[in-house]
Amino acid sequence: MNLAHALNDALAVALDGDDRVVLLGEDIGLAGGVFRVTDGLLERFGSGRVIDTPVAESGIVGAAFGMAVAGLRPVAEIQFLGFSYPAYDQIVSHVGRIRNRSNHRFTAPMVIRIPYGGGIGAAEHHSESSEAMYAHTPGIKVVAPATPAAAKGLLLAAIEDPDPVIFLEPIRAYRATKEEVPAGRYTIPIGVAAVVRAGTDVTLVAYGAMLRDALRAAGVLEADGISAEVIDLRTLSPLDAATIVTSAEKTGRVVAISEGHRTAGIAAEVAAVVQESALYSLLAPVQRVTGWDTVVPLKRTERDHIPSVDRIAAAARRTLED
Amino acid sequence: MDPLQLLDLDGRLRGPAPISLEEERRLFAAMVTARAYDHKASAMQRQGRLATYAQFEGQEAAQVGSAAALRPDDWMVATYRDAAAMWMQGYPWVALFLGRMGDERGGSPPPGVNVLPPSITVGAHMIHAVGLGWAERLRGTDRVAITYFGDGATSEGDFHEAMNFAGVYRTPTVFVCQNNGWAISMSRERQTAAATIAQKADAYGMPGILVDGNDLLAVYSATRDAVARARRGEGATLIEAITHRMGAHTTADDAGRYRDDETLQDWRRRDPVDRVRRHLQEAGSWSQEWEDEVTAAAAADIEAAVAAAEGLAPFGPGAAFDRVFARPTPDLETQRAALLRDGGGPE
Repeated sequence: MNLAHALNDALAVALDGDDRVVLLGEDIGLAGGVFRVTDGLLERFGSGRVIDTPVAESGIVGAAFGMAVAGLRPVAEIQFLGFSYPAYDQIVSHVGRIRNRSNHRFTAPMVIRIPYGGGIGAAEHHSESSEAMYAHTPGIKVVAPATPAAAKGLLLAAIEDPDPVIFLEPIRAYRATKEEVPAGRYTIPIGVAAVVRAGTDVTLVAYGAMLRDALRAAGVLEADGISAEVIDLRTLSPLDAATIVTSAEKTGRVVAISEGHRTAGIAAEVAAVVQESALYSLLAPVQRVTGWDTVVPLKRTERDHIPSVDRIAAAARRTLED
Repeated sequence: MDPLQLLDLDGRLRGPAPISLEEERRLFAAMVTARAYDHKASAMQRQGRLATYAQFEGQEAAQVGSAAALRPDDWMVATYRDAAAMWMQGYPWVALFLGRMGDERGGSPPPGVNVLPPSITVGAHMIHAVGLGWAERLRGTDRVAITYFGDGATSEGDFHEAMNFAGVYRTPTVFVCQNNGWAISMSRERQTAAATIAQKADAYGMPGILVDGNDLLAVYSATRDAVARARRGEGATLIEAITHRMGAHTTADDAGRYRDDETLQDWRRRDPVDRVRRHLQEAGSWSQEWEDEVTAAAAADIEAAVAAAEGLAPFGPGAAFDRVFARPTPDLETQRAALLRDGGGPE
């Protein structure tokens, strides 16, 4: 099962098992979503549970917020991360704050699913990787799965979570790989990273679509006799500092990888965590491999922006230079 | 389109009364109490006991009359200028004072009171009432959601999204626009080229009702009909209640910079409390002795709320970390420990 199918399976399991779960978003019903993640759910669960909405991102998130406060478990879809900005005020000013501003009296247990990242040659605004904006927001959890089985378990955990979760789906990983995905209901904890490849010389920290490239880079490095450990962050906020630090203490070298812009980004946060808690284990400066502080380039030069296997491997080698 | 009016400026009935005289006396007392709160809060801000405060004097009928048409379990999503409406729906004065003192417990009404803490940002909250009402319908209840906003908020894009969703899905939502003439310093005329705000409802396929917002009975009547319509599953209504903000935007604003005295004097003649008093007098349901009792009871209620709010000890240091999520994350605990170790910021 690929990642898109695993998410579809997770949504079906959630809708089937909990009457409070409703989906809403643009083109998620009849069309099955722009990436077909909600395909077939309207037919199976009806228009009261799978709601096609007008083109209005602020309205979608704001209405979902009201539903969540009233006791439902809405799962809103925004078509692309670059289209989420009209809803930014709802997310920052209301969704992430209601627990605080009501001292727990009202809460917004809701999920906002958003495809993100580039690599498919899409139009402008369709390849954004601005997840750091949301990771910077108090009261919001930010999850970014990389693989099908983890995506399903994390989405079910996000829907169950008592707090709002922004669930970022890596566009170019939707159909890139297939793996066995357990049937039925299971959850994978939010806030816990996974060591997906053990190694001893250098730690590659990645998430989302970058995980696949980090693993490829680990393969390249292995051919050179370099043993790379690879961490899949899975959750960007709250960040699993313990797993990062444990690995950094073991290998002494860290490459932080993110497709997002470099300044104040997720890779910078990983580097900060490492220097705060594992500085004296480090054998080399932490390397960042990220998208640049440029507007995401259009199709013809997009590959200059997204970290490549070569860039990741080169950064890892730099940590091993004398 | 003339605004619906049931009580003229002299307090004479222009049609059948929608409520009994006994109920009108109760709502008169509520308006008097709300005004006592408004005056007390303004005074306390001047004394440095409250943060910036947004006065609502002049808008008591628009708020009390509309909220009186609700059932106690209906939802309300209002703004920083709607304390009277929120209190009518069960939000305690003590919580309203706490909010203005800068204490998050002010955002937490008792269980069973379905009133969200007042929205501070302008416009984003209207769609929440759409979602709340929509959820109730999906769950099979007949609760409705009411939302309050000003004329300025109708310029926000979120007004359009809220009205459009409510129209498309026929959600049980009542939109109450208190057109109080001013968005801080911008007059209603410069806010929209439309002749009325109520007419905007046409574009969303819902009724728009123009009502004299300083007429308690007209506001009540219009809201009662809109609530009944929503409860029957017939969808949303926009009510434009024409009123006037007699004070400044907030205690930090000086309305003298943009509003002439003549306008203010004209609106003073339309005072919503005076108008109901005249009607009760004409109907033989008023005495000075009774109003004195009402005023004294209101003052006692407000003073008790002030004492309770000021008597509540502030949160201890680091309490904010408990309010981010259901349970603090490990990193939040680390940050709290750092605060407790190194101390807070400027006094």
